[in-house]
Amino acid sequence: MSEHKNHISTYKSQIVVLFVLILLTVLTVTITSVHLGPFNTAAAMLIASVKATIVLLYFMHLKFDEKIYRFMVILVLAIYAVVIIITFFDYLYRP
Amino acid sequence: MTGNSSTHRLPSYLEYQGKYTGIRAWILSTDHKRIALLYLYSQIFFFLAGLVMGLFMKLELIAPGQQIMGPQAYNALFTVHGLTMIFLFIIPGLAASFGNFMIPIMIGAKDVAFPKLNLFSWYLFIAGAVIILVGIFSGDGPPDTGWTFYAPYSLKTNTNVVLSVFGAFVLGFSSILTGLNFIVTIHRMRAPGMGFFRMPLFIWSLYGTAWIQLLATPVVGITFLMVVADRMLDIGFFDPAKGGDPVLYQHLFWIYSHPAVYIMILPAMGAITEIIVTFSRRTVFGYKAIAMSSLAIAFVGYLVWGHHMFTSGMSETARLVFSFLTFLVAIPSAIKVFNWTATMYKGSISLEPPFWWAMAFIFIFMIGGLTGLILGSVSTDVHVHDTMFVVAHFHYIVFGGAGIAFFAALHYWYPKMFGKMYNKKIANWGLIGLFVGFNTTYLPMFFLGFMGMPRRYYDYLPQFADLNLLSTVGSWIMASSLILVIVNLLRAKKGTPEEMDDPWGGRTLEWTIESPPSLENFEEIPVIDREPYELKSK
Repeated sequence: MSEHKNHISTYKSQIVVLFVLILLTVLTVTITSVHLGPFNTAAAMLIASVKATIVLLYFMHLKFDEKIYRFMVILVLAIYAVVIIITFFDYLYRP
Repeated sequence: MTGNSSTHRLPSYLEYQGKYTGIRAWILSTDHKRIALLYLYSQIFFFLAGLVMGLFMKLELIAPGQQIMGPQAYNALFTVHGLTMIFLFIIPGLAASFGNFMIPIMIGAKDVAFPKLNLFSWYLFIAGAVIILVGIFSGDGPPDTGWTFYAPYSLKTNTNVVLSVFGAFVLGFSSILTGLNFIVTIHRMRAPGMGFFRMPLFIWSLYGTAWIQLLATPVVGITFLMVVADRMLDIGFFDPAKGGDPVLYQHLFWIYSHPAVYIMILPAMGAITEIIVTFSRRTVFGYKAIAMSSLAIAFVGYLVWGHHMFTSGMSETARLVFSFLTFLVAIPSAIKVFNWTATMYKGSISLEPPFWWAMAFIFIFMIGGLTGLILGSVSTDVHVHDTMFVVAHFHYIVFGGAGIAFFAALHYWYPKMFGKMYNKKIANWGLIGLFVGFNTTYLPMFFLGFMGMPRRYYDYLPQFADLNLLSTVGSWIMASSLILVIVNLLRAKKGTPEEMDDPWGGRTLEWTIESPPSLENFEEIPVIDREPYELKSK
């Protein structure tokens, strides 16, 4: 098994990520005052997903780790997505 | 492969004197083998408790009308029987006991990745069991919902549902942490030279299982908390009057509980593979196919939960989708059975007790699997849903499959775990009795189901009397045989230790070390330079 090298993030990159997250939070709040109908929820979900991805990549080090971990996370999210889609075969098609 | 070549023997994990003595040397030990035995003893205790409850249920059903208990007691008994057998015996199953014992040894490691977390998992397991037990004996009586806690009844009954679901919630954490521990151990602690495709197939099956434990269990944890919230805070997740949906409960419950069937059966299939390969004196047929079928079962198993809900009011489209996906899961299961058969073909089969247990597993599991197709098909399921047919199918898979594999594994690895051998003749007679008793108990239930006898009733119509009487007699044969099997193993434990590092001619790593193993399993971590089931050169 290969020796694992630890990646140490710089203060600069941490602060940039922090500001991006704050910015996206502000955007989440702001967007609620714009009337997009059902797309309000979609927009909130989209921004939250972007934030979660940034946290996973930078704070949880997925970007700097071995590819296998990225693969594992993607696989888990894919299973989660498929489970939700199949559940909606019930809810969308009920008489 | 270089194993332990030294001739001197280190004190075994059973003899090793650490910081603590007496019971503390067990309940504070972080050795994976001692923790495995803690699980093993706890599970067998809960199994026997569940067995006694099952016997009382069969006794009540010996004849029409009330025999030894009324409807409320019967409802509570089948609920607690289910809770005990499912959550305390068969979900931890082979993974918690034999997985804990064997994973580090079979991959050439000294322990699991997180030994303290491993012990903590056992404490959570016991804590969950105690909470369920308190729930049974306190408040307004034991839950009467069935082990599935279906809404809306679980929200309305006055019995002690909250404590029971909370107990199951705690047990779920034990399962998640064990799964996490196993995944990290398998990824990070394999001996040099042991690539993923040099791992024994039992390890592959536990790897698939661990992923299910990690990913599916949180779903049921949240669902149980939603039941608690509905009961205590009156939120209405599952109450249509408040905008909720009772069918949502069934979705959430089965998103976990169907994969949970694979948590039970996958390690069982892994252990059966090891046994068949060892006693066929051949290398395994289709190593990669068996390994990949474990992962395929784990993956497809996530997507078939709706077949438990064909009559729940789900949409027609969903029923068709789930029926199709259910048929898909039969493919990897069949791959395993065909590969087991092909492994035995032209093998020099050694007819030792573990092999007979494995054969009983295949026979019974096949009946369970094939009757599953009847339930997986929407049109036939509608006819037999919620009848005794489902109870029979379920017991053929869970008890006849995972339960018998549990005892097969116990007979296979017993000499390794304790350095002693049981009486093989009694072990064989015990199996014959169990096989006859099992089929006499559960086979009539298929016919009763077809005839229309519903499940979960303490009473029935007179036309069902003969088959129910036969089933009750079967339960006595089955229970007597199980006692014979367990007493035989307990007696062997008191016997004198014998030299039996490899009594079966096994080829995986556990058979290269002494029996019982030393505290750290290997004096030197072995270097793997051959395939897992390669025959040893004489």
